[in-house]
Amino acid sequence: MSARSNILAKLRKSLDNTTPLPDDYDVELVTKPWSYPLAERITRLRTLMEAVHTETYLSTQEEWHTRVEQILNERHIGRLLIAPTTPYGQHLIKQWQSRNGTPTLKAYDRPIEEWKAELFNDTPASLTGTLGAIAATGSLVLWPNTEEPRLMSLVPPLHIALLKASEIADNFYTFQETHRWRDGMPTNALLISGPSKTADIEQVLAYGAHGPKDLIVMILKDA
Amino acid sequence: MNQMTLIPITQIPEPAFKERARQALNDDQLRRNFRIAMDSLMTKRLAVMSDTDERERLREMGNHVRARALSKLPDLLEKLEDNLTRNGIHVHWAETVDEANAIVESIAKAHQAKRLIKGKSMVSEEMNMNHVLGEHGIECLESDMGEYIIQLAGQKPSHIIMPAIHMNAGQVASLFTKTLGTEYTTDVDELIQTGRRVLRQKFFEADIGISGVNFAIAETGTLLLVENEGNGRMSTAVPPVHIAVTGIEKVVENLRDVVPLLSLLTRSALGQPITTYVNMISSPRKSNELDGPQEVHLVLLDNGRSQAFADGELRQTLNCIRCGACMNHCPVYTRIGGHAYGTVYPGPIGKIISPHLLGLENTPDHPSASSLCGACEEVCPVKIPIPSLLRRLREENVKSPEAVPYRLRGQGSKFSSKERMAWKVWSKLYASPTLYRSFVYLATRFRSFTPGKAGPWTEHHVAQKPAARSLHELAREHLEESQ
Amino acid sequence: MSELFYNAAPNATRAAPPIPKQRQYPTHKPQHVYLFGTCVVDLFYPQAGMDSIRLLEREGITVHFPQGQSCCGQPAYTSGYTNEAREVARVQLALFRQNWPLVVASGSCAGMIRHHYHELFKDEPVTLRLVDTLAERTYELAEFLLNVCKVNLQDQGAPLKVALHTSCSARREMNTHLHGRALLAQLKGVQRVEHDHESECCGFGGTFSVRMPDISGAMVADKIRALQESGAAQLVTADCGCLMNINGALEKQKAVLRGQHLASFIWQRTGGTQ
Repeated sequence: MSARSNILAKLRKSLDNTTPLPDDYDVELVTKPWSYPLAERITRLRTLMEAVHTETYLSTQEEWHTRVEQILNERHIGRLLIAPTTPYGQHLIKQWQSRNGTPTLKAYDRPIEEWKAELFNDTPASLTGTLGAIAATGSLVLWPNTEEPRLMSLVPPLHIALLKASEIADNFYTFQETHRWRDGMPTNALLISGPSKTADIEQVLAYGAHGPKDLIVMILKDA
Repeated sequence: MNQMTLIPITQIPEPAFKERARQALNDDQLRRNFRIAMDSLMTKRLAVMSDTDERERLREMGNHVRARALSKLPDLLEKLEDNLTRNGIHVHWAETVDEANAIVESIAKAHQAKRLIKGKSMVSEEMNMNHVLGEHGIECLESDMGEYIIQLAGQKPSHIIMPAIHMNAGQVASLFTKTLGTEYTTDVDELIQTGRRVLRQKFFEADIGISGVNFAIAETGTLLLVENEGNGRMSTAVPPVHIAVTGIEKVVENLRDVVPLLSLLTRSALGQPITTYVNMISSPRKSNELDGPQEVHLVLLDNGRSQAFADGELRQTLNCIRCGACMNHCPVYTRIGGHAYGTVYPGPIGKIISPHLLGLENTPDHPSASSLCGACEEVCPVKIPIPSLLRRLREENVKSPEAVPYRLRGQGSKFSSKERMAWKVWSKLYASPTLYRSFVYLATRFRSFTPGKAGPWTEHHVAQKPAARSLHELAREHLEESQ
Repeated sequence: MSELFYNAAPNATRAAPPIPKQRQYPTHKPQHVYLFGTCVVDLFYPQAGMDSIRLLEREGITVHFPQGQSCCGQPAYTSGYTNEAREVARVQLALFRQNWPLVVASGSCAGMIRHHYHELFKDEPVTLRLVDTLAERTYELAEFLLNVCKVNLQDQGAPLKVALHTSCSARREMNTHLHGRALLAQLKGVQRVEHDHESECCGFGGTFSVRMPDISGAMVADKIRALQESGAAQLVTADCGCLMNINGALEKQKAVLRGQHLASFIWQRTGGTQ
């Protein structure tokens, strides 16, 4: 007998003559206390994320690159990891390639094995898009993919995330439903609610444990 | 496999529980560290769960979600396995920690892996994985800051969420100076940056990443992990192979079921609306993807859980989502800390789960080490009736070891025919009004003969002398007069 | 338990019962009540029992004290000697046949009858009906005075600071701390002071205090330190197990502070004579 069949047999025997409990999932309880008027979603997201040391900025689809440039200059960061094939990546390339003095753009376009050392040791910042965000908990939602692989938002010490204001959902439940998550999950899905942190020593909060030390969210208004 | 290698987990280390508790109680520094930490965790939890109505309804929902999953556990495990397999994740089953370690070891051997980096996993502590793999020449390094600190110190976690909570910054500073050769500083930021520097290199080099699982979602074949540091993401995304180890009870039916559980978990554990990262893994790297592990494995471990599962009452133990709120609120845990328990899971949850993992013969005092005050049950996000389960374990523990039906491994480890006889006498006395009244009459009349020393009671109290006349007598007189 | 989740098989998966609704109290004061004195009061604090009787009588209620009573069975039950506890409980059950309220002079014992007898007799359907009707009319003393008698206490004592300690099970199963606070608040000269970690257990826990004397001793040491630092001149509690633990430790430390049962305290403050 294999471990699998032994375990399953034991569990089945323990449930002899019992019926499964019904599903009394209370949708209202996980949505109603966590619903906000449209305008308040941005405020709530910013408040919660800033409370855990995230920097947030309001910008527009057309102008965000100037704020990104300013942020990188202030921090003396000369290189930025981007996804060159996404609209955001395209936008940056278009805006920056013709001008001098803009940060160097580095594309994540090869398997990690080919440039792991460079990613770990020589990639100070990255920029990714997001699938959306959750106002209830102050979380960004990321579905890393071929264009924006998962280590982009993890290894560089500074992560800049672009978020469309219209993509901020009320709560996790609503987000799952809107995006029909149960019909298929990607390799990796993430909720990110701030820069990496720890309180493992004397419960003193310290940022930049293993992931990014800084997280900057650019919230893009539609007009 | 050789039993000797498993001593730290299959047997409670000597000295026994009571002696270790005594030592902890006499350690002022330890007691201060725990009191401060637990007070702060209690305050933080309450701050994010101040809406009593929402909190109580959500706890009820959390309980129902977990209970529903347990009520169809074997079906859900099969569904989970089907969906994970379809997604390309390998599923392994282990009845014992030996089997689980052998699975991890064989995966490591297949990849000629020598360096493992671990996220954070209490199940891997059950397996004593670091030690066992170490004996086979495979380095298994902790990367959660707290776990890393205690691994450097050669210790075990003293709390399931905050493994190094028993140490203060000064103790961590000395440890780093001694083991890493860094300059002494009690600046927590600097200490964490030291850890980050050392461990980044280890993530970079690691052959395999190990992690636990917070929720395994049957519906979609997804492993969900929560964390704040990013080490969990590193461990599951950087090395070419990822092995997740978890208990068979961690499965939930649907993706939406994690919504209430996640909220309960992070708020109860640390008073956070959510952790920094919620990491949902549903497959290894796909052919068109540029990073992530090429292979993902899940090891499902029983290790005594099926024993708890066999009984409807004790099955509730497996509702646990490992938030640690029960220990944060426990007056016993606060005073003796986690190490005194000598078990992987300390505190109230440790007292009800360890007897299934290790047998009552190895945890004979654990069910008794509680005043049944109920602080744990009051805060448990999935409403495990911990005091009732402790009482039940006490009952099993004083039964004759030969009692039928035989229920629990090591049952009757506290069986004493003398003690059982004493309670039988007590029962006869208190169940017979005549005998009882004679007993009380004698006790009150001979009160001056009450001994000044009465066993353990008089270590902390004066001897309790009976009153001159009992309530039975006084009430009879009084009521006869007035009626 | 809700019908949705009720499944009587012993191996059925258990879901938490619905959140209990707030207890509904009778609108009229009854003419008769039973008093359950408890074993600790009987032998060690009979005065607390007598003062309970007097307080109830002052409300115009006839108090009945069946002489056959002894103990609710809790010490054996929490020690794991379930059969022994059940036999003692069975004798008590037979004593309170009239449909009168059962008032209990100690919080944790009231909780035992109200909340744990059901589990104790779960395999005896006939007894269970009796158990459930008894549980329905079982009250802790402070709760009864406050919510059923709706007492209006006239304090006649000098200004005094007191601390209140509530047994953990009474607090969590019966809200006894709130009832105690409300009664003390009626006493004009009495100022209730909080003490550090007030809701934390005093370390008694029945046989826990003798099985784990070191841990229990550390808990009661912290409790009496907090009480002494609170500035209270006196401690009041509605639970005699805790009272025995705290007073025993205070006396061992030769401290001045002492605890008193809530019934005696109220009786004395409101002009009652012995």
